[in-house]
Amino acid sequence: MGEFEVHRVRFFGLVPAGVRCMAYQHRGCRLALARTDGAVEVYNFAANYFMEKAIPGHQARSVEALCWAAGERLFGAGLSGDITEYDLERLRPARTVDGFGGPIWSMAANNDGTRLAIGCEDGSVKLFQVVPGGVQFEKNLDRQKGRVLCLSWHPSGTHLAAGSINFIRVLDVRSGRTAQRIMVNYHVPKSKKRECVVWSIAFLSSGTVISSDSFGRVQFWDWERGTLQDSHTVSTSAVLSLAVSEEEDSIVVGTSAGATYQFQLLPVKAGGQEKRWVRTKPFQHHTHDVRAVVHTPTALISGGLDAQLVIRPLMEKVQKKGYDAVLRKFTFPHRRLVSCARKARLLLFQFSQHLELWRLGSTNKTGKDGEVLPVSRMPEHLLQLKSKGPEHIYCSCVSPCGSWIAYSTASRFHLYRVQHEGDSISVKKVPGVPKLLLPAYQLQCASDSGRLFVASDRGSVHVVQLLEPGGCKHLHTLRPPTGTREAVYLLASSADGNWLAAVSGDWEVHIYSLKHFKHHCTVPTYSCAVTALAIHPATNNLFISYSDQQLFEFSIPEKQYTAWSRMVQNSGLHKLWLERDSPITHIAFNPKNTSQILLHDVYMLCVLDKSLPLPDNNTLLVNQSTLKQLSEPARRRQLHAFKICKKFQPLLFADLLDERCLVTVERPAVDISAELPPPVQQKKFGT
Amino acid sequence: MVAPAALRVVRCGGGALHGARAVFSVGARQAGRFLLCASGDFVKMYSVATEELVRLLRGHGDLVTGVQLAPHNHLQLYSSSLDGTIKLWDFTDGILIKTFTVGHQLLALYALPASEDSVFVIIPKRDTYQLVSVKLTKAAGQDMEAKELSVVLEGVDASPKCTAFGREGEYVASVKDVSLQVYFFKRKQLNRFSLRATNKKGGNNVFTCVACHPHEDCIATGHADGKIRLWRNFNHKKEYTFSTLHWHHDKVLDLAFSVEGTSLLSGGVESVLVQWHSGSDCKKDFLPRLGSAIEYVSISSDGTFYCTSHTDNRITIINSNLRFSKTIQGLIKARDIKTGLVVDPRTKALVLNGEPGHLQFYCLQSDKQLYSLDIVQQEYIHQAGLNQSDLARVAFSAQGKWLATVEEREETDLELQLKLWFFDEETQSFRLNTRISMPHEDHVTAMCFRDMDEMEDDSLMLVTTGRDCVFKVWVILEDTDPEGNWSCDFVGSYHGYQATNCCFSEDGSLLAVSFEETVTVWDSSTWDLKCTFCHPPGKIRTICFGRLTCSKYLIGATDHGFLCCWNLLSCALEWSAHLNVVVLQPDPLSEYIAAFSWLFKESSLFVFKPNEPRPICIQRKFCKERIQFAAFVPRDVPETIGSEKYLWLRRSQLFFLTDTQELMTVSTKSLEERLTLSSKQLAVEESLPVTPFSLLLGKHRQQQSQEDVDLGKIVRHHREQDSPAVKELLHTPAHVLPSASFLCPIFINSLLVSKENKSVEEAPAEVEMESEGAEDDSDEENTVTEMKQEDIMPTESLGETTHKLSKSEEKELRKIRKTDYSWISVF
Repeated sequence: MGEFEVHRVRFFGLVPAGVRCMAYQHRGCRLALARTDGAVEVYNFAANYFMEKAIPGHQARSVEALCWAAGERLFGAGLSGDITEYDLERLRPARTVDGFGGPIWSMAANNDGTRLAIGCEDGSVKLFQVVPGGVQFEKNLDRQKGRVLCLSWHPSGTHLAAGSINFIRVLDVRSGRTAQRIMVNYHVPKSKKRECVVWSIAFLSSGTVISSDSFGRVQFWDWERGTLQDSHTVSTSAVLSLAVSEEEDSIVVGTSAGATYQFQLLPVKAGGQEKRWVRTKPFQHHTHDVRAVVHTPTALISGGLDAQLVIRPLMEKVQKKGYDAVLRKFTFPHRRLVSCARKARLLLFQFSQHLELWRLGSTNKTGKDGEVLPVSRMPEHLLQLKSKGPEHIYCSCVSPCGSWIAYSTASRFHLYRVQHEGDSISVKKVPGVPKLLLPAYQLQCASDSGRLFVASDRGSVHVVQLLEPGGCKHLHTLRPPTGTREAVYLLASSADGNWLAAVSGDWEVHIYSLKHFKHHCTVPTYSCAVTALAIHPATNNLFISYSDQQLFEFSIPEKQYTAWSRMVQNSGLHKLWLERDSPITHIAFNPKNTSQILLHDVYMLCVLDKSLPLPDNNTLLVNQSTLKQLSEPARRRQLHAFKICKKFQPLLFADLLDERCLVTVERPAVDISAELPPPVQQKKFGT
Repeated sequence: MVAPAALRVVRCGGGALHGARAVFSVGARQAGRFLLCASGDFVKMYSVATEELVRLLRGHGDLVTGVQLAPHNHLQLYSSSLDGTIKLWDFTDGILIKTFTVGHQLLALYALPASEDSVFVIIPKRDTYQLVSVKLTKAAGQDMEAKELSVVLEGVDASPKCTAFGREGEYVASVKDVSLQVYFFKRKQLNRFSLRATNKKGGNNVFTCVACHPHEDCIATGHADGKIRLWRNFNHKKEYTFSTLHWHHDKVLDLAFSVEGTSLLSGGVESVLVQWHSGSDCKKDFLPRLGSAIEYVSISSDGTFYCTSHTDNRITIINSNLRFSKTIQGLIKARDIKTGLVVDPRTKALVLNGEPGHLQFYCLQSDKQLYSLDIVQQEYIHQAGLNQSDLARVAFSAQGKWLATVEEREETDLELQLKLWFFDEETQSFRLNTRISMPHEDHVTAMCFRDMDEMEDDSLMLVTTGRDCVFKVWVILEDTDPEGNWSCDFVGSYHGYQATNCCFSEDGSLLAVSFEETVTVWDSSTWDLKCTFCHPPGKIRTICFGRLTCSKYLIGATDHGFLCCWNLLSCALEWSAHLNVVVLQPDPLSEYIAAFSWLFKESSLFVFKPNEPRPICIQRKFCKERIQFAAFVPRDVPETIGSEKYLWLRRSQLFFLTDTQELMTVSTKSLEERLTLSSKQLAVEESLPVTPFSLLLGKHRQQQSQEDVDLGKIVRHHREQDSPAVKELLHTPAHVLPSASFLCPIFINSLLVSKENKSVEEAPAEVEMESEGAEDDSDEENTVTEMKQEDIMPTESLGETTHKLSKSEEKELRKIRKTDYSWISVF
């Protein structure tokens, strides 16, 4: 008989939205990424590629281009025709300016981030000045028919290259005139005579313009003469995206067949001056269109319509073998999209525009370890709540008793009372929801379902009392004593209802006493993002996991790290543990065994037993299968604190319902690809 | 035992045409005029324009492993061999200039323009191989020692394809297993790059070949999984990079860059030549259906011709626009010869398995394929483990009017097809007449036509024997088709034994069918079983009837080593001999029967008449390889044979095929006489338009070149060639003739040549006799190794005669040359 009875949930039909565009900020090592549903995410590469910020999408606000300008300001532009500046502290669009050129297809910022150029549907290229508090229209450049699909500034900022259908233009920024116009649809077989879409363009300081087009070519042009220098056909389908390294000696392109290729500027002869662009490495990490690529100094990053973000390190540029030298793939957001009502055995799934409430199935059989038990009652889809309006859902939660559901969009906060009457279920919207500062970034119910904690911006947390039979009251707003501009993105409440921990975007962890509604203490600052935290029900120790895979335990009553935590820091964690791909997104505790902590990320589930010794780098980290084959005394010798299970992949959520019952939510990759449109048909040899 | 003095085994085809990449010579006028390739112990020189063998450079004592043009003199050629020598040839004249003895086995040879007086060779070093540079001394003299070796790379692969020299000889790249090493000569820097043995997707990264870009720092490597990698920036240990080209589905067998380096050629088992343009995966051209796996790819120095050497003994010359141009093919090496050697009565060509599913017609006189008949008529798919239809049995009717073929494909159950082909006089080719699927339930073991020259068509019948214990008789049904359709006429069996062989008597009245241990004789008109012969123990391997005066005898060989001769009149065993006969081959034109035995790893030949048990001719241990098949090919003109012993060779010639698919024959004549000299005439300039005038000029020039040849080489009958020259002179109208002052030296020169010739002719004859005499004394039995020596000796001794001659004739030669060149300049 196994240790846990596992509910293996596979009915969470999440389909992550595809990656539409990306922008990399070299100074801050941050990557901004926009998805096809309009959501914008910011990944912090310094913090182990953690998804630091997420701004949910909006039906009417597609993002076609993103760029960083004026330091750390992020701008987006889309088919709505607006330029949007994002507020990365409050995680919402800050202000929008109409481009007055119809849908915007492309946007580029010049090298020093003072100007933005947008390419519009009507063929115009417009310049905007980035000013404090927004953008200001500066001038119109020469307009020619044909939507401007891509733009690139010359590094000196004097010229702009614009790609449209069938031609490339080089525009003089000062005069606004077209300095060169290059037709790209030559050298195409007559039978293929159709329009040639220039999907992406790059302007190098040497005066070379690189274009990638729908004929699958990557072409290098001399802009002054308008002549073709070099042409590489990389694919039979379109080349959609292109990015240049900072040194301009390497580019990466992404095709609609899901492949990415690297081109390098290599000397023709060793020691010679003549250099040539050579296609070097092909990669096939995606199944669908690669809509966005980024070339960082040490890695090639690609994002595709299959929702994957792939970070492929350039081995020759990585100095030492370590975390950066491994291929990373991210498909799922580093956020918890599932909440669980432990007592009622309900799961709430958060989709972009709706919520689903499911009741777990159950079994009346017991079996051996690893055995699949027959389900006596099938899991049941109880409820589907559709959010009204074009905005996407920020966060949601279900109370432990299963009778309250709350969610928030950018402008609205909804609270529902769910009544279970036997098998039937009824939902009633709770009226008179207090007008809180919106949006809510995280919702958390107290374990007795009596209170709801609403994470808000400026580090504040609202405490709302849930009243029977269906009402609520705003009790208090907790604020950090020092004040912060960042929003709270993670919450944890203690089982006894006395403590609440909140993490804001500046990675500060504040602990509040709910008895007195006052600030209790602050966890010592650690230079990495918090990915998950939870308060132990028995000891009131706060357990924190950081994006660099470090684990801390902080005693709230004593306001200091526990002895175990200090011991962990002294001896260090296992090397393989620190090199794992994805951050821990959820922490749970075994109510019966206080030393057991359940952690999970996308690829593994770990029961951390504090009573056992920590593994050192020489021991096997993932040793469960080898332990099974050992005799009892040998097994005891080999035991260490990390009991890792990789059976459930990719794992979106895992929680302990009670001491014997575990629920896991998986989303197999094949199920996602089944819901995506069919990829570009490719002949495969031998099929 | 009789002295085997005059009977010699001669290789006349087959074998491997390649041991190294072929080399195009650089012609003065028409570039790439000759193609030089290693073939066994020889270097063969073919004319690119006519695909004929022009010259055979012989002198190496073992396999030739490398052929390279001398970098500073394109009229000279280096060749290396396993015998440890590097030889320098003047290939246009066929003169061996120098021999450098290195002392190690040489596995590959590389000559670079950058290195003045040294070449690179691969030599073994214990278990591994190393690349060394050999300094070739310039001192005068023919035989040199080249002992100045300096090691360049250790641990290289033995294959010549696994090492390549880069642009201007600045670096050398060598691959072995999964590592590539690049050595830069100037910086003395060695970079080593390794790949993982297998990648995640199941690819096999083992290197198979390497080629270097002629002008850029770029190395192309071929891999076992069909990938081609283009390496760049390999002067950096870390920042090297490569791109991958992938089309081949199996091993890339060879790679070659074009002269400018703009395109890359690759070939593999797919028998498709792929041309990659500018290192791009998307732009590539194909030349498909080259017949068999491409072993080597080479390019002429001006880039106008490509050449691919194939595993089945064929060289294909391809124009630079990937148009198939010519093919040089001797006996195609089939994967498995099942048909045996059959003689086509119409063309006297040897017929056997060729390309998969094809029947090759091989002309013995010209050592060329006449044509290839597609029997299976299915696209051959090059894939390991795929069972495809192949040709199993072939039989011709007496006049060559009908051809019967059996093809089989063995998957879970056997698929058999019997096809009957009719020779169409109009198209001069065989046309499919009848197709019978599953003629037998099991493998067809033998097949023969009733062989009657004088009889009418309606007596034509075909007998097939099968492992399904029956033999079937097929005849033409004459109801609808004028040519008729074949159908089964009679099915015979004998006690449920497997039928293994069948044979008609000479007059066609009797059919002998062997059923395992028993031979049955049937009346071919009534299909009555006449009598049975049995000679236990052992199953019957082959049977045949005697011919002419011996037609009352039936000969059979059993697999327990007995040769039996039965008298059909008395129905009794006439005689039997203890002999392990592998092949039994009757001569169709005489009473003689040749039997080949295989004992103690050596083959022996016995020729006998059925009426006397004593063999006429015995050649013991004359070949180290097992004889697979043999055939008597009728001679056009009966040869005059002096010795009584070799009378059996008068009307037909005996050819046999060894295990390694080398075609051999026995000859009583000395080697020089036997060589057909017609091929030598091909040195004629093909570029000239054919007018009487040009013909005359052509003759003139040909003689010129032949004079050069004659000095160094062998014998020829100039008188025959002279007479047409003179004839032409006389028959050409006066108004197209050049001036008499011009014609006069030609005429005189031609006379001079014939004089020279005689003197040359005498010299080798003497040498030959000597060598034979020596052999007689030393050993009775003629072994293959000895024969090889015999082959070599004439040329060696000839080299000496060259010197004697050149002194006396030098002045005259110079004069001739002068006149010649001045004359060319007029044009």
